[in-house]
Amino acid sequence: MALLEVNNLDVRFALRGGDVRALRDVCFSLDRGERLGIVGESGAGKSVAAFSLLNLIAKPGYIAGGSITFDGEELSGMKDRGLRRIRGNRISMIFQDPMMTLNPVLSIGEQMVECLKAHRRISTREARAISLHKLNQVQIPSPETRLDQYPHELSGGMRQRVIIAIALLLDPDIIVADEPTTALDVTIQAEIMDLLLELCEKHNVGLVLITHDLGVVSQVTQRMLVMYAGRVIEQGPTREIINDPQHPYTQGLINALPQMATPGSRLNQIPGSMPSLSNLPSGCAFHPRCGFVNDANGEPRKACLDKVPGFVDSGNCRVACHMVAELVNQQQRDSREEIL
Amino acid sequence: MIAFLIKRLFHAFLVMFVISVISFAIQDNLGDPIQQMVGQSVPESERAELREELGLNDPFFVQYLRFAKNAAHFDFGYSYIFNEPTTQVIMRHLPATLELVAATTLLIVLLSVPIGVYSAIKPRAWLSRAFMGVSIIGISIPVFLTAIVLIQLFAIGVEFTPFPTDTAWGAWLNGLLSTDGGMPAYGRGNPVHVFGTWYTNFSSLEGLTYLVLPAISLASIMLPLFIRLIRAEMLEVLQSEYVKFARAKGISLRRIYFVHALKNTMLPVITVGGVQIGTLVAYTILTETVFQWPGMGLMFLDAIERSDIPLIVTYLMIVGLIFVITNTLVDLIYGLVNPTVKLTGKPA
Repeated sequence: MALLEVNNLDVRFALRGGDVRALRDVCFSLDRGERLGIVGESGAGKSVAAFSLLNLIAKPGYIAGGSITFDGEELSGMKDRGLRRIRGNRISMIFQDPMMTLNPVLSIGEQMVECLKAHRRISTREARAISLHKLNQVQIPSPETRLDQYPHELSGGMRQRVIIAIALLLDPDIIVADEPTTALDVTIQAEIMDLLLELCEKHNVGLVLITHDLGVVSQVTQRMLVMYAGRVIEQGPTREIINDPQHPYTQGLINALPQMATPGSRLNQIPGSMPSLSNLPSGCAFHPRCGFVNDANGEPRKACLDKVPGFVDSGNCRVACHMVAELVNQQQRDSREEIL
Repeated sequence: MIAFLIKRLFHAFLVMFVISVISFAIQDNLGDPIQQMVGQSVPESERAELREELGLNDPFFVQYLRFAKNAAHFDFGYSYIFNEPTTQVIMRHLPATLELVAATTLLIVLLSVPIGVYSAIKPRAWLSRAFMGVSIIGISIPVFLTAIVLIQLFAIGVEFTPFPTDTAWGAWLNGLLSTDGGMPAYGRGNPVHVFGTWYTNFSSLEGLTYLVLPAISLASIMLPLFIRLIRAEMLEVLQSEYVKFARAKGISLRRIYFVHALKNTMLPVITVGGVQIGTLVAYTILTETVFQWPGMGLMFLDAIERSDIPLIVTYLMIVGLIFVITNTLVDLIYGLVNPTVKLTGKPA
């Protein structure tokens, strides 16, 4: 069994007009030391998925169903006291904006020491020694002075290093990084990502990396999920998905990369925008934007309009698309006929 | 630190100068002091003489310069009604007002922080809703009305008898609705001498009872204001990323509320609080009048009624000074709490 297993995760937001379903049937797993990428447009549910792992979704959000099993323990219905043992200790998080993540009125040292003290019975002196060691690991210049500095005295890149150091403080099994480089300068982005990758590899830490940068995903992760409107629509080995995307949405995302456009011409894009979660289209949520919704006769496929697609296996990947399902079935029929 | 204080001192002088010009300038519109000083029978010629003698006929800026020169030596002239130096009059009334303000501030600080924090942590609890409801009432009722209601309820006492008085349960229920009264609501009682002109109400339980009703009515507007301010700030801070991150680190909720959130909540509250303490001194005019509290507010109203211009000007100057001092203190405290503020001006 994998270290972390998420099955049929269902997260809803209780709003005045009724529940809005932010995540449906989300399944994935993560082995020890494995790195998983979660990609998708804004609003696809990537961050909600990350935060629901440790039940940190802000009210009115709540986990309505499904299971999150970590190291044999069920996390989804666990009380706050139990989760607190795991948060920051065995699963830690890195947030998007380093300028907002550190408390402005507490020194870096205080924010590191309190985390250690929350999980271990150690003296402040020992905690500071460990903090210093971790600050050294994230290659912050003159770490001794940083401990007594306040967040505003550090640059964005340095703050993100501090946050990575905090995430590594207790040698966790998994780090969940929610767009860790989005708020940073492009040059700093690469540095921080390299550092994170290096540290995860060195300490055999599992990584759940949420991003909309497909380049980063392909460099850092071994497997990836593509999310759309609260569902996983494609998952599998990162290399296979990047090289040979099956789902029309994934194809669209990869086509939209600036490198994919012919020089001098406009960038490719997926027409339309992500639907509102409270008002999803019928059938496949992607069908109004999908270029493959029509079948061979030029008529819209009935299944695409009416039925939510289930997963089909295509190579090592799993894809939720009626068109792909048709192709796969066709191939299987063809190969069977050949054999006969 | 020293540089900061010197800068603030300079600011203080500037503020005091402006206050002095304004307060001195309004004197022409406050009625004729001669009228107040002498009886009906004094002939016009003597009045003119007196006016000349007091320098009331000189041009405005000559009068102001004379005033400023004396003010630099803390000599603000003689009060017409008390017939003694105005500084003496003020010093006699200042302790009463300061004690009232101190008691009120204590009440506000001790109550607003726990109530504000509680109603931010549990915004849906019926108790926090009750606090919010009562605080709206507190803000919207004027101080003098609150004071009169308090006097009726707790000094005079009320007797409601909606239930039959001849049964035990009826008498008990009537007892719940009625109040005994008996709280002192007139003056300061017998305050104990400390030094100079300072008499205190804080030294004995009996003295403190005299403070209760005036302090509550003086707090009746500020306290709800602070509860709501703290609640609103705390709610906002609890939404912040750093509170979320602290939760993701596995920190206990208690530490998150009282270390991570409260410290950030208090920054704007301290700023507003500093200004409000000054305002509290000004509000004492109403409270002191209703409770006949022998402080500066009551004295000021008296001075206005009788056109005691030197006393009015001195009062305005002193209140201005209190404002400046409290604001400077608050800025100092703010600098100590907020690490992003460097009082020394040293580059961070």
